[in-house]
Amino acid sequence: MNPFSSGTRLRDMIRAIRACKTAAEERAVVRKECASIRAAVSDNDNDYRHRNLAKLMFIHMLGYPTHFGQMECLKLIAAPGFPEKRIGYLGLMLLLDERQEVLMLVTNSLKQDLNHTNQYIVGLALCALGNISSAEMARDLAPEVERLLQFRDPNVRKKAALCSIRIIKKVPDLAENFVNPVTSLLKEKHHGVLLTAIQLCADLCIVSEEALEYFRKKCTEGIVKVLKDAVNSPYAPEYDISGISDPFLQIRLLRILRILGHGDADASDFMNDVLAQVATKTESNKNAGNAILYECVETIMSIEDSGGLRVLAINILGRFLSNRDNNIRYVALNMLMKAISIDGQAVQRHRATILECVKDSDASIRKRALELVYLLVNESNVKPLTKELIDYLVVSDQDFKGDLTAKICSIVEKLSPEKIWYIDQMLKVLCEAGNYVKDEVWHALIVVITNSSNLHGYTVRSLYRAIQTSGDQEAVVRVAVWCIGEYGDLLVNNIGMLDIEEPITVTESDAIDVIEVAIKQHTSDLTTRAMCLMALLKLSSRFPSSSQRIKDIVNQSKGSLLLELQQRSIEFDSIIGKHQNLRSALVERMPVLDEASYSGRRGGSGVSTSGINNIPNGVVKIVDAPLVDLLDLGVDEPTHAPPPNSSSGANFLHDLLGVGADISSSSPQSGGRNTMHGHKSGTDVLLDLLSSGSPPAPATQKSSSTSDLLSLTQLNNKPSPSPFSALDTLSSPIPTPGASPMMDLLDGFGPNPTTPPPPPKEEENGRTYPPIVAFESGALSLMFNLSKQPGSPQITLIEAKFTNKSSHVYTDFIFQAAVPKFLQLHLEPASSNTLPGNGSGSITQKLQVTNNQHGKKSVVMRIRISYKLNNKDMLEEGQISNFPRDL
Amino acid sequence: MIRFILLQNRQGKTRLAKYYIPLEESEKHKVEYEVHRLVVNRDPKFTNFVEFRTHKVIYRRYAGLFFSLCVDITDNELAYLEGIHLFVEILDHFFSNVCELDLVFNFHKVYLILDEFILAGEFQETSKKAIIERMGELEKQE
Repeated sequence: MNPFSSGTRLRDMIRAIRACKTAAEERAVVRKECASIRAAVSDNDNDYRHRNLAKLMFIHMLGYPTHFGQMECLKLIAAPGFPEKRIGYLGLMLLLDERQEVLMLVTNSLKQDLNHTNQYIVGLALCALGNISSAEMARDLAPEVERLLQFRDPNVRKKAALCSIRIIKKVPDLAENFVNPVTSLLKEKHHGVLLTAIQLCADLCIVSEEALEYFRKKCTEGIVKVLKDAVNSPYAPEYDISGISDPFLQIRLLRILRILGHGDADASDFMNDVLAQVATKTESNKNAGNAILYECVETIMSIEDSGGLRVLAINILGRFLSNRDNNIRYVALNMLMKAISIDGQAVQRHRATILECVKDSDASIRKRALELVYLLVNESNVKPLTKELIDYLVVSDQDFKGDLTAKICSIVEKLSPEKIWYIDQMLKVLCEAGNYVKDEVWHALIVVITNSSNLHGYTVRSLYRAIQTSGDQEAVVRVAVWCIGEYGDLLVNNIGMLDIEEPITVTESDAIDVIEVAIKQHTSDLTTRAMCLMALLKLSSRFPSSSQRIKDIVNQSKGSLLLELQQRSIEFDSIIGKHQNLRSALVERMPVLDEASYSGRRGGSGVSTSGINNIPNGVVKIVDAPLVDLLDLGVDEPTHAPPPNSSSGANFLHDLLGVGADISSSSPQSGGRNTMHGHKSGTDVLLDLLSSGSPPAPATQKSSSTSDLLSLTQLNNKPSPSPFSALDTLSSPIPTPGASPMMDLLDGFGPNPTTPPPPPKEEENGRTYPPIVAFESGALSLMFNLSKQPGSPQITLIEAKFTNKSSHVYTDFIFQAAVPKFLQLHLEPASSNTLPGNGSGSITQKLQVTNNQHGKKSVVMRIRISYKLNNKDMLEEGQISNFPRDL
Repeated sequence: MIRFILLQNRQGKTRLAKYYIPLEESEKHKVEYEVHRLVVNRDPKFTNFVEFRTHKVIYRRYAGLFFSLCVDITDNELAYLEGIHLFVEILDHFFSNVCELDLVFNFHKVYLILDEFILAGEFQETSKKAIIERMGELEKQE
């Protein structure tokens, strides 16, 4: 009767498949078999159904699609005999899983089989239910399984116990039904039943707090006793593994004791003796014994304090760590990570051994050890440990360098005692593994460099040396290029020599060589090349005598296919060639980048990803590079808005674009801050830049300058009585109204990700607001007068007023606005479509905004203004997000 | 909890694959491919543990066959290693000197043994004798 025993076709098929020499032959055989099985399926062939399904399972294992066999499984399960059911259930478990709808059809058959008189069939059904049950099936069949926990045959009881685990994991509400049956199972003598019951007990404790309390009170004593018996039991060959009696049961018992003892002093007290017994009596020369010790150590670490036991546990780990077996060392490292919070000193004693493990040839051990070292580093040992790690970085595997670099950088940033050490270590890491360093790491390095004014000379000279040897590491190149651009004069004149330095002779042309090599290197990407261009512009002012050479290098990028480079080189060429008088002011040294404001921005802008917080020495990781922002490169980055208002980096950008001067005239009180070099000529530069730009340039140029302008005007004209407060409190976690436009620029129309504004407390009905300058671009400005009507706080009435300061008349003037979905906007006709020049007249237009999320979200608006200037179509776009928060 | 069990030969052909968590077919193939790549080239001196995605794989090599268990990160690695060996001993006993071909031609029996050894991702019975006896009873039912 057995279809597999004699000369069957399953065997033949496997042979035929194995005989195939090529994949194509195998596919042909499988295709033929599948075709005949399909034919049999459609003929509803009963005799060979289970044989066909067995073949199908083999085909499935080879990786071919076998969906058409799913219904056959159900038919076999519904068949009366054991052989058919066995193959049916096997197929069910292999070909289906809990997510298939068709599984629901089997619930009824399962129910019948769970009540079958043949206990082997009951076993099959329990097995299938335990392996693939869905939540619905678990709910439907839980009463059957519960009943089977008391079945006469122990083989069924143990299957039912494990099946219950699946049920309570799928439907935790059912946990309470199983608590009582398990309590009686725990008293069983049958080994398999006890083993599974303990596991079920542990899982019940995890899903249900009440179950945990119940077992803690009623069963701790019993479980401790079972463990005692297991430890002291005489030799039982059946459960003996290499001389250790029943390790699997012991491990399960230790695990449930850990759950029961955790956070409960009484229960912990109760198990002290037996744990001490296990820890001292178990032999550690075999894997099975070590498995028990390992589990025992973990339990000792997790239960409530007992000093003596913990010493025992740490000693066991110490022994493990010096074991020659790699597996044992691996688990020791694993466990020491947990031990570190309990007894850091004891773990520190093993530091040397752990450090050796970082250098192990086995990646698994290296990874564990590195994690552990990371936890072990503190102020007192950071220097030697970092040195060890960096030394190892030199010789480590390529695929380990990424992890190692990240950890070293993190350690150095977190614990560096002084800036010079920080810079030294980072340079070493960059030289060894610059290509593995994440952007924020070298961005942070630059922030630190700008902040250590006494080290500028030292740093730029170190970098000059570094790039000679490690020019292939992109991060080294970038940092070096940036520093040479900034501090090139310190490099060639050996200014700020420290005692520890060796003197070095660098000429102007050497310094320019470095940058020329970097910009021409084919591996350099857009960011690096753009940084090179920027550095060249700066050097043109630092090294006036080399101006012509720099101009030539810059000119080579004029033909670049990369728009950004092309545009920049044309602009810079113009600055170098035509604007000698203002060049030096334009490329003055970068003001110190404010570490606190970057950290605040990181915390507040919602673009922060890393979990690194403010760090003791003030070294801060930043998310987006000041450089990238300055160079206006981050075309594909969402963070490509101007940097925060208070940072001087932003000033620099505005200076470069000549926008600051324009603003300073309109808002004198903040002008001093926003314009470092408040030349009126700055504006001319902008116009010049714009006019000399190549045809493709104006689009990007214009949009970026518009957004800059927008953010600046918002800042300067926001309704807050003291404009400086917003500037200065940027780093505070709650964004002030002045800061929010920044966030909104970053996030588009999305809700402000950091903090929803606190619901306004005061009565707002009928409130009026100070007018805001919603938009300003060149000569065109837009003022909003905001007011609310009593009784309807969601509705804001806006009177928009456009004025034109230029000498030309704007005709066909059209204003359009759009708002996100939670707002409704109603625009009334404008007073006119012609805007006279010289500010001699204005257009007014009324708007009505209804905020459906009043009190939760602030009003934002995107606008577009089109008009004709001398019959030429003009278009202005922008976003208004400086509305008072509580509109 | 055991997430899945794989039995693969050195070429990466799967001889047994049992999943205790639901996965798409394509995902299963990917997992099998990745696990094979992880374990096949490791030095015999190395640990028998490899981190795999958010879990870890405990594997052991017997002649040309790799037995791999994917378990939770907090599980006792040494115990599962012992479990693999126990499973191999059971197979060896059942097929009397098991070889890869036994497992190929009798794959459905290997699944049956496995279902007596592990259920719902947990060990069900750790006595070799009990499982062999149970298999005898089941064979009588055929």
